[in-house]
Amino acid sequence: MSHSPHSQPPVRPVPAGAVRIACTINGQAREFVAAPMRRLIDVLRDDLGLVGTKEGCGEGECGACSILLDGQPVNSCLIPAIQVQGANLTTIEGLASRDTFNKTVLHPVQQAFLEHGGAQCGICTPGMIVTAAWMVQTGQPAADVPKVLAGNLCRCTGYAHIVTSVQAAVEAGQAAGLTERPAGEA
Amino acid sequence: MSDKTAPGKPHVGSQMIRTDGRDKVLGLTQYVDDEAFSGWHGATVRSPVARGRIRSIRFLEGPDWRQFVIVDARDIPRFAHSIHGADASHGPAEAGQTADVDLNIVKMIVDDQPYLVRDEIRHKHEAVVLLAHPDRDLVRWAATRVHIEVEPLPAVLDYRQQASPAQIQHGKDNIFKAYSLRKGAGEQEDLWQKVLADATHVVSGVYETGAQEQAYIEPQGIVAHVELAPEDEAHGRWPQKPFHVHIRGSMQCPYYVHNAMKHLFNQPDDRIQIVQTATGGGFGGKEDYPSIIAGHAALLSWKARQPVKMIYDRVEDMQSTTKRHPCQTRLTTALDAQGRLLALEAQVLMDGGAYVTLSPVVLSRGTIHAAGPYSIDHVRIDAKVVLSNTAPNGAFRGFGAPQTIFAMERHLDRCAKQVGISPAEIRRQNLIEPGQSLATGQVIREPVALRQWMQQTMDALNYEEKRANYKAFNDQQLRTGGPLRRGVGLATFMHGCGFTGSGEVWLDSIVKVRVASDGVVEVCAANTEMGQGAQTVFTAIAADALGLDTDQIRVIQPDTDQVPNSGPTVASRTSMVVGHLVAKACDDLVRQVEEKGLLTGARLLPSQAPISEQSDGRGRRYAAADLQAALRQLPGLQGWARYQPPPGVIWDDQTYKGVAYGTYGWACYAADVQVDTTTMEVRLLDFVAGQEVGRVLHPLLAAGQIIGGVVQGIGWALWEDVVLDAQGGMANANLTTYVLPTMADVPEIRTLFQEQPYGYGPFGAKGIGELPMDGPAPAVINAVAMALDCDICSIPATPERLLELSMRPEGTSA
Repeated sequence: MSHSPHSQPPVRPVPAGAVRIACTINGQAREFVAAPMRRLIDVLRDDLGLVGTKEGCGEGECGACSILLDGQPVNSCLIPAIQVQGANLTTIEGLASRDTFNKTVLHPVQQAFLEHGGAQCGICTPGMIVTAAWMVQTGQPAADVPKVLAGNLCRCTGYAHIVTSVQAAVEAGQAAGLTERPAGEA
Repeated sequence: MSDKTAPGKPHVGSQMIRTDGRDKVLGLTQYVDDEAFSGWHGATVRSPVARGRIRSIRFLEGPDWRQFVIVDARDIPRFAHSIHGADASHGPAEAGQTADVDLNIVKMIVDDQPYLVRDEIRHKHEAVVLLAHPDRDLVRWAATRVHIEVEPLPAVLDYRQQASPAQIQHGKDNIFKAYSLRKGAGEQEDLWQKVLADATHVVSGVYETGAQEQAYIEPQGIVAHVELAPEDEAHGRWPQKPFHVHIRGSMQCPYYVHNAMKHLFNQPDDRIQIVQTATGGGFGGKEDYPSIIAGHAALLSWKARQPVKMIYDRVEDMQSTTKRHPCQTRLTTALDAQGRLLALEAQVLMDGGAYVTLSPVVLSRGTIHAAGPYSIDHVRIDAKVVLSNTAPNGAFRGFGAPQTIFAMERHLDRCAKQVGISPAEIRRQNLIEPGQSLATGQVIREPVALRQWMQQTMDALNYEEKRANYKAFNDQQLRTGGPLRRGVGLATFMHGCGFTGSGEVWLDSIVKVRVASDGVVEVCAANTEMGQGAQTVFTAIAADALGLDTDQIRVIQPDTDQVPNSGPTVASRTSMVVGHLVAKACDDLVRQVEEKGLLTGARLLPSQAPISEQSDGRGRRYAAADLQAALRQLPGLQGWARYQPPPGVIWDDQTYKGVAYGTYGWACYAADVQVDTTTMEVRLLDFVAGQEVGRVLHPLLAAGQIIGGVVQGIGWALWEDVVLDAQGGMANANLTTYVLPTMADVPEIRTLFQEQPYGYGPFGAKGIGELPMDGPAPAVINAVAMALDCDICSIPATPERLLELSMRPEGTSA
């Protein structure tokens, strides 16, 4: 068939009904314009350039797109943009910190993954680490690791070294007294 | 990132931090869809039926089609004018002559698969039309607004059925490839019949294994940029002047894509550049398929005059890319009263899918591994792979071996029952010893001690005690109406390392190391990091071969403009074959530095033997500081190594006799399971994976490889079920209904390593990648069969199938 290439280059229009959304991402105030039902993962990756969050399935099954939304792990492929109005988000890019010489300091979970072989191909790693960081922050018991991370699929590792990585980080976090106790617990 | 190894200590065998680890845990690693991109997005319109002739393609209302670039088969010339003359990829055309070649062919083994359907559709979800547009979401939507009208043709939807004349689509019988292997009395019918007649037991069985999706978590993705000569920019016809094709993407084998693009675009080597981006898992699924998506993206880029990115979503990836070959294996064995295997007959039938792709080599490996690591005097194996109208089946870790090994290991347990001995005893009776020969006639020269290694696995699982206890436990459950049953299972097996037979000679792999301007030694190889740790292992090998620290080594990103062809990243060959070449190339570099007289320090190692042949990796010849100082004066210096086969690797492809592999990984796996007969849920209680893999180059990475393979094997055995619809398309093409093992589903997998250094691997290493896929399914299913006291002969053994099986009358198998 004959088709002339791009006779009129299309411009991506601002979709009808787009709204301005303000939220905090990795400690920084961010604003963006998006259709209310635009997937959060597309906002993060395509609009804001936060490509550390990965898309593995697009239906909330693999967990590669896990982020923290107001402190809770969620699949960002299932969250409509409008839902993060005023929310506080943490992505993989927001876990490491900087020391006084401005050098990157790994989050304890990242350090544990590095030492215990928790990352192989690395594509599930951001989602795994974000979810594991939630476990450390909220003081989840180390024994619950397989249950809590069952929503994050990995095809390389067979999980063993991820379990040891997360358990090491959870135990180190507890030993250091760094974890917040879940509300209502003594 | 510095590593944990103290200065001067060998890196091989250490737990050095993986070189790509820091970026991966920070989320900084750039996969193809993460890289900055300015261009258009591609999408694929796929066929709706298993087989048929295209009547019309209609562009439905909705999209403004003037905004799209559209490519179909008619855009690709069938007879191209050869621009650059003779080129190995497309036959005998001389410079200036018209090349009688069809460019719409995915170059692999047989020229049967088009990039885009020409006239006849061969499987559902086959690519028919390509679209490109600046907006990713719009182009994906537009792909759903193209209607392909098809006149259906008779399709083969069950590979086990004999094809009718109207279903023949390949040759005269739909057989893609067949092999025959004969040993001893297998060569002669009368002798064969006598062996069977003299046997105490003759046991037969039919075993089936299903398709399996590789399910790398990063779907297939490619960015293509075709740069045309200015004269060709202006018009839409096929380019007349030489042009460049640049491909970046997720792949295992850059030179496979290179070869495919050379053919598709009728351009010589140096006009095609393939760069592997960080790859989020492959497992065979990114061995040959990337050539297709690269071709699609590049065709769109040519016509759009833009870089084009194509990223599959999960559904498209699962529907259209390759799977593990479904396989049916019929076995008959003759045994004596003690359980010695006298003869084995195997008929292997694999489902190739719609095109040949890699099926001949998958079948080859399945054939050679069918008789297992046993000494059997008389063997007959007939294997064939046939067409069916499903997406082509292709490479998946293990590459045909897991299928036939499942059959043999399951069959052995059934033989043991018939003979009246234990599964362990029948293996003890038959495991091969040095000096005995495999089915191919290959005499085992390495000091294997399979009985001893099997015992270590059994002891680690506490196999014998559990077996006795579980019999009592199951009896007690049965008596009291309890729902639980327990069982233990074994599998003993081997996996050939590297390409089969003379395949490595044919690959003719080359590795280069070069001194960069900062004095760092760069390793240039085409083998890809995809999670298995190739980059880390190459770094450790080069560091030890040179006697430098790892920060003096840089493994460069595979880019066909930069790295020689060291072959594909498949077949458990990267560490063993290519790693050895890395060490040899380092030897070559040091030799040249010595010749230049720049090494002033004392020689630390008196031996002249190349470091690449030392098994302990401790033999540094010069102090690191001396060598480093010399290298800094020699930027641009290169060391090279080319593959040399180990002596005695002689293989006859016609008779299937000879040395199929230079060496093998050997293993015994043991599983411990509990089945709840209310739901037929199988729970793994324990799993031990014991193997001999030569020198372990990196204990943590090696364990990661083994455990990862074991869990894929468990998934294949129990849960992973590719369901086909009425048109042979994958009906459960998503991660919700295609069930992968999760962290909650698997026990701690325990690994045991035996290390017998192999003389032709780097520092004694053998291949390791595929071995762990071979044993888990039979070990687990043997355990489930013991638990349920039933005859399971096909996988996946989903709860539904187990329930159905448990309700069958005794004596029938499934």
